[in-house]
Amino acid sequence: MSTLSERPQHAVVGLPLPHESAALHVTGEALYTDDLVARTRDVLHAWPVQAPHAHARVTVLRVAPAYDVPGVVRVLTADDVPGVNDAGVKHDEPLFPSEVMFHGHAVCWVLGETQEAARLGAAAVEVDYEPLPALVTVREAIEAGSFQGAQRHLARGDADAALASAAHVFEGELEFAGQEHFYLETHASLALVDEAGQVFVQSSTQHPSETQEIVAHVLGLASHEVTVQCLRMGGGFGGKEMQPHGYAAIAALGARLTGRPVRLRLNRTQDITMSGKRHGFHARWRAGFDADGHIVALDATLTSDGGWSLDLSEPVMARAMCHIDNAYWIPDIRVDGRIAKTNKTSQTAFRGFGGPQGMMVIEDILGRCAPMLGVDPLELRRRNFYRSDHTTPYGQPVRHAERLEACWSQVLATGDVERRRTEIARFNAAHPHVKRGLAMTPVKFGISFNLTAFNQAGALVHVYKDGSVLINHGGTEMGQGLHTKMIQVAATTLGVPMSRVRLAPTRTDKVPNTSATAASSGADLNGAAIKNACEQILERLARVAAGRLGVSVPDVRFVDGAVRGLSARDERLSWEEVVHDAYMQRVQLWAAGFYRTEGLHWDSEAMYGEPFKYFAYGVAAAEVEVDGFTGAYTLRRVDIVHDVGDSLSPLVDIGQIEGGFVQGAGWLTLEDLRWDESDGPHRGRLATQSASTYKLPSFSEMPEVFHVTLLEKAHEDGAVYGSKAVGEPPLMLAFSVREALRQAAAAFGPAGTSVQLASPATPEAVYWALDRARAGHAAARVDVDGVPADREAPVPAVQGRG
Amino acid sequence: MSTPRITVNGDEVPLTGIAAHTTTLDWLRDRGLTGAKEGCAEGECGACSVLVARPGIDTATEWTAVNACLVPVAALDGQEVVTAEGLGRSTDLHPVQQELAVRGGSQCGYCTPGFVCSMAAEYYRPGRGSTGSGNGGGSTDHEHGPNGFDLHALSGNLCRCTGYRPIRDAAYALGLPADDDGLAARRTSPPPAPATTRVVADGAEFVRPADLAEALGLLAGHPEAEVVAGATDYGVEVNLRGARAPYVVAVDRLPELREFEVGDDAVHLGAALTLTEIERLLAGRVPLLDELFPQFASRLIRNGATLGGNLGTASPIGDAPPALLALDAEVVLTSQRGDRRVALADYFTGYRTTVRLPDELIRAVRIPLPQARLTAFHKIAKRRFDDISSVAVGYALDVVDGVVARASLGLGGVAATPLRALATEEALVGRPWTEPTVREAAAVLATEGTPMSDHRASASYRSAMLGQSLLRLHARTAREEAIA
Repeated sequence: MSTLSERPQHAVVGLPLPHESAALHVTGEALYTDDLVARTRDVLHAWPVQAPHAHARVTVLRVAPAYDVPGVVRVLTADDVPGVNDAGVKHDEPLFPSEVMFHGHAVCWVLGETQEAARLGAAAVEVDYEPLPALVTVREAIEAGSFQGAQRHLARGDADAALASAAHVFEGELEFAGQEHFYLETHASLALVDEAGQVFVQSSTQHPSETQEIVAHVLGLASHEVTVQCLRMGGGFGGKEMQPHGYAAIAALGARLTGRPVRLRLNRTQDITMSGKRHGFHARWRAGFDADGHIVALDATLTSDGGWSLDLSEPVMARAMCHIDNAYWIPDIRVDGRIAKTNKTSQTAFRGFGGPQGMMVIEDILGRCAPMLGVDPLELRRRNFYRSDHTTPYGQPVRHAERLEACWSQVLATGDVERRRTEIARFNAAHPHVKRGLAMTPVKFGISFNLTAFNQAGALVHVYKDGSVLINHGGTEMGQGLHTKMIQVAATTLGVPMSRVRLAPTRTDKVPNTSATAASSGADLNGAAIKNACEQILERLARVAAGRLGVSVPDVRFVDGAVRGLSARDERLSWEEVVHDAYMQRVQLWAAGFYRTEGLHWDSEAMYGEPFKYFAYGVAAAEVEVDGFTGAYTLRRVDIVHDVGDSLSPLVDIGQIEGGFVQGAGWLTLEDLRWDESDGPHRGRLATQSASTYKLPSFSEMPEVFHVTLLEKAHEDGAVYGSKAVGEPPLMLAFSVREALRQAAAAFGPAGTSVQLASPATPEAVYWALDRARAGHAAARVDVDGVPADREAPVPAVQGRG
Repeated sequence: MSTPRITVNGDEVPLTGIAAHTTTLDWLRDRGLTGAKEGCAEGECGACSVLVARPGIDTATEWTAVNACLVPVAALDGQEVVTAEGLGRSTDLHPVQQELAVRGGSQCGYCTPGFVCSMAAEYYRPGRGSTGSGNGGGSTDHEHGPNGFDLHALSGNLCRCTGYRPIRDAAYALGLPADDDGLAARRTSPPPAPATTRVVADGAEFVRPADLAEALGLLAGHPEAEVVAGATDYGVEVNLRGARAPYVVAVDRLPELREFEVGDDAVHLGAALTLTEIERLLAGRVPLLDELFPQFASRLIRNGATLGGNLGTASPIGDAPPALLALDAEVVLTSQRGDRRVALADYFTGYRTTVRLPDELIRAVRIPLPQARLTAFHKIAKRRFDDISSVAVGYALDVVDGVVARASLGLGGVAATPLRALATEEALVGRPWTEPTVREAAAVLATEGTPMSDHRASASYRSAMLGQSLLRLHARTAREEAIA
């Protein structure tokens, strides 16, 4: 066991604590970026001029009329950029574009004394456009051969040969939608310039270091002239990993040019129409099974809808390809991945980061094929689980694969699944117009950034003379409870009460060169860095204390604010005394901590290596009830057992699991991004660009009964205090809801009905699915006795939308 | 008319430097009260929820949660507002704040002050926890807690982080207000009377007249006037579409528009009563409306929205018209020329147009009595609650000796206006209420209107839902018969 994962007795980690800002949240005292505007004098407000075309060339930009609007101070255009006119790291995202690449693309920004003045000024700007042909759907892009970035290829064994000899082969096509982040706090930045011309940007960003880099390159400054701070975010979910940079740069540019603070806060419509989303995907697949229902081969081509620029589309695709196996052993496999370039917002990170899209493919395959194989879907999934002697298609051993089985059997038992399945069968037989379904799905999710370099973190820990502790780290707080965990880690390592530890806001001038708070890695990376800094300090303090206590240095213990030798009966010094002594002896009381995840390697071209430190596991059982008249449904009960290692903070972790699950259910069943795909005047416009048209889960979508249990005895060797990451994996437990809907829809048809379900499975989609089942749709019925006949008669392609 | 002023968290503050359209949310935030947030600016997310002292039904005053992003601040002249900051401080939490904080009810915290206010309104609802008073009293089901907490109180608040379970648990753990709770005590004395208000700025004017006569005079002189009650639609136009009406007349507190009467031949519902008030005043006496209320937007919206507003905007997807059409309701229009009554079926003339003249106000809606015995409201939407309907159907039928004696069906979402399903009614009346007849009639219903495809639903789904709706109603009556 490494010392990183070793947990002392009386640890503060592991206690179920509320969010460290909970009291500030509930009273409205917690400050978010845009709340600072009321505390800042002479702020200018920014407003974009958004293009009404999906693709067009800007032929003329007349900004003069804006200056006739009272209160307009400045119009920012490409000519104002002293550095690089680019908002991304791939240099394919002009901040002020001359070519409009998506409907709503901002071509310039207006600064006004009030938001109203800026808005009216933006309306007064005159732009002439030369419309160009636009690709709006992923299918259009495929047909046109419009791709961007690298095309990757992942393979093991000989998929063709295995398919040729498989007992059953099925093929299909699947298109499924993206997802809007809909963090409650829209993108916001507030930029100021100090007396030396240095730029200070407060930004709602998951990646302050990269925001800093982009602001610097737009302004033509060095990084040390730009500081970015993030107090906290009102939700991020990946949507603030890459996307805030351009907005921060606009605000900073405005502040540099006017000398006044500039606030840029998108309203909801601007945020939805301009910022990137989860990638929608298209998948084409062939899957082979042996006579016992074991998957023997998979051949799949994944095409993501990347939108207009590359953004994070390449790593998202890599993660999708690395998660198409989910929890299942697939001996022979070939996966091709490519990124479509379309005239849409630039799709980006979103909780799961391609993992959900990869898993969607295999879970859809299993859900559709189970009836055709004549195998119960629960059994089909369990039968194909990884075992611990297996490796993934990219060559990583599946360590702790037995936890899949452990989670599964615990859900079966505590969820009373078999009895309920019998009850459901009885219910369905007695109710012609209402059917219930219960499904179980597993999750195996790799933790670490695929790009190895990102797996590093820094921290800065100060111990002041009075014994109080101030911690800084590179991670950002977006509601996931990272700061809560970090305070717990520091208190545990230093052996002081939590009340002695305060956490200061994330700033790039405290901890430099940080990675994004993303990939669920925030606690793993920053926690280890904080622990490292604290241990450096302890090592020095131990020498000070050893002298006074008359014990040898390795025997000094720091527990609950006291310092003593190994025996609890020995003399005790207070933490404060030791700190004071250390100061008087001129011992350094602060330290910079650092951490790099060991043992990772990844060849991104060969798609081979061990990109993940470990896998997080979980299993969910979901029960739904579907109304046969409308397709409307309720989520009756959900049982989850999830592996978070030894939890750092159980209340926080359970919150992440529940919230992730509901967000995943939203993606799969409710949230419906609709773009104008017609050839009309609004082609490429997002039709669902507000809260009234893009519906998030609300109270009515919460499971009526919701049991979440953390897997016990789940110590993770090699991670901070034996814990595991939790941010993303639970989102994918929501496949259980989609599969339960499939079960319920199938129950309207004859036994053995295979159901195709569009995604998201809105009531309309469920209605068409059950309507086809009810009609005993010829293609939905499969003769399971007909041996390899299904090879000649592949099931029809899955339709993208009902 | 004195300088407009508002009491916020106990402090009386003059309303200076505001425009006619300035929202309560922007005004609060500019004052440094940044607890309330803008999440959507259209009354969908509730992050801006604040409490307003309003006339009560069971007590003199009720703390009513509203969307601060929608209500013009000028409309709160003379009123009392409480925000999350006013309920408690981080060193001295309000019981609602305490429960949310310790149970993990906040993650990112951005929606939280809004949840706190919506939850506090339900915490202070008179009669919560006892049986009988309004919905929710005493019963425990998936939408009500053992403490009488009605979860619908939070239906207008969105949280993107928690998945809601801990928020529900916090709500269900709430006790009753303590004896020394100032906001609880405030309920026993009347709320501030509506002020007469006039705000003029940037060439626009916001006016709250003292009475109906003055209001009608203003309308007669200002045909361009925008009539505003709960502002649940007006506020969206202001925030999302930049609408800046030059002349706004607030009618939501006019006593003549707030009359309620259950007579022998009709129920009279004042046009400026909020949907929440109507729900509570009717107390189940119009079962069709009882079915409608929980499906009509959210509690936050129903606390502001009025029938007058819903009929005034004349949206083809408004939820009230299909129900009121089925109930054979009449609209009472009033002007300086006097009152006139129009059957709702004759009221709509086209997409968002009606027979109402610019100088007329909707005074009331009248529902004739006796009501049909078999009524239902079917709303089809993506989300179960707080969504806009793809299709809505209101039913009012009498089945006598197994034969349909009377049938009124109101439809929404299938044409440019709400409409009566006349062909379906004809296919039902005089026929036996049996599955064969209903199947035939359902086929007719599926062809009513001219549904279109949009982001909410496809045209074919909308048509299918019309037909399925009647089958569903029949299945319900068959089931009830079997049980009876």
